[in-house]
Amino acid sequence: MAGTALQRRLTWRVAEVVDLVDETPRVRSLVLSVPGWPGHLAGQHVDVRLTADDGYQTQRSYSIASAPAAGERLTLTVERLDDGEVSPYLAAELRAGDKLELRGPIGGYFVWDITIGGPLLLVAGGSGICPLMAMLRLRQATGSAVPTRLLYSSRSLEDVIYRDELDRLVATGTALDVRLTLTRDQPERWAGYHRRIDTDMLTEVAWAPNERPLIFVCGPTPLVESVAESLVNLGHEPTRIKTERFGPTGG
Amino acid sequence: MEIQEQDVRLDGNAAAGLLQEVFVHEFSGARGACASCGAVGEMGAQHLYMAPLAPGAVLRCAACEGVLMVVVHAGGRFRLGFRGLVWLEMKDTAVTS
Repeated sequence: MAGTALQRRLTWRVAEVVDLVDETPRVRSLVLSVPGWPGHLAGQHVDVRLTADDGYQTQRSYSIASAPAAGERLTLTVERLDDGEVSPYLAAELRAGDKLELRGPIGGYFVWDITIGGPLLLVAGGSGICPLMAMLRLRQATGSAVPTRLLYSSRSLEDVIYRDELDRLVATGTALDVRLTLTRDQPERWAGYHRRIDTDMLTEVAWAPNERPLIFVCGPTPLVESVAESLVNLGHEPTRIKTERFGPTGG
Repeated sequence: MEIQEQDVRLDGNAAAGLLQEVFVHEFSGARGACASCGAVGEMGAQHLYMAPLAPGAVLRCAACEGVLMVVVHAGGRFRLGFRGLVWLEMKDTAVTS
């Protein structure tokens, strides 16, 4: 297995910021070069560690948004939380050429690979799209036709992370359906959903339980728990629903 | 500020980095059996309670909320308690071929 993500010991590595991409007014992607990076699986995360001049250290976990690929590049996407300790630095102050410490890839539970198959139901709230984007990018990069539906909840259209890329993936990919719900502000003549994800919406968008979709849900804890509960009530097998909650540790 | 239970509930996946330091092998895909209710599941699917800046975390069973394990990383030590895990099984990731 080339670039295997199975390594024996997690070690802190120094990553260099090679590019910064503003995704939305509050969200920025960091393209990092990580010498010795062993490769990763879609859905895995890294721990990022920052050290202040006085030696104080703090760390946070961030999902990897880029598809598994050979080489030393990976992309993290960070939402700026105003009361956060780390995210304002990563999402606003960081400059190309800066260095930060990270370790990974981490996680063997919330992961997807082409060989796992589908159909695939991805449900995201806000920056919960990030690990799911790694799956969509992998799917596209390999020309996979695994039937896939994404239901993505954002506050407004301008808060939709990767909006142009999602449009492109739908236009050029195979068997991919993307549905947005905008919970706070909608453009005029918005034809999509405009409420929080609920059971009715999941009934419309999700595959029927007897099609046994593999389901990944990522977002704020309340969204993840309400979606997972609705899916179980609709008859989906709990063991095929994988969740990743991000609580207050994302700041 | 009052802390709501839901605010500090994460998935076992969130402790995967911390616990991989201890176990070397990948933790969130490891399976274990709950001593309280007998449920068997992947550690990444269990509930993790971890407050920001707290030195420790509690992993609880997603089925019955019984405590599976407690991990504290502070003062240059790891302390692990396993009172609610009958067994824990992880892939030997050194074998990759």
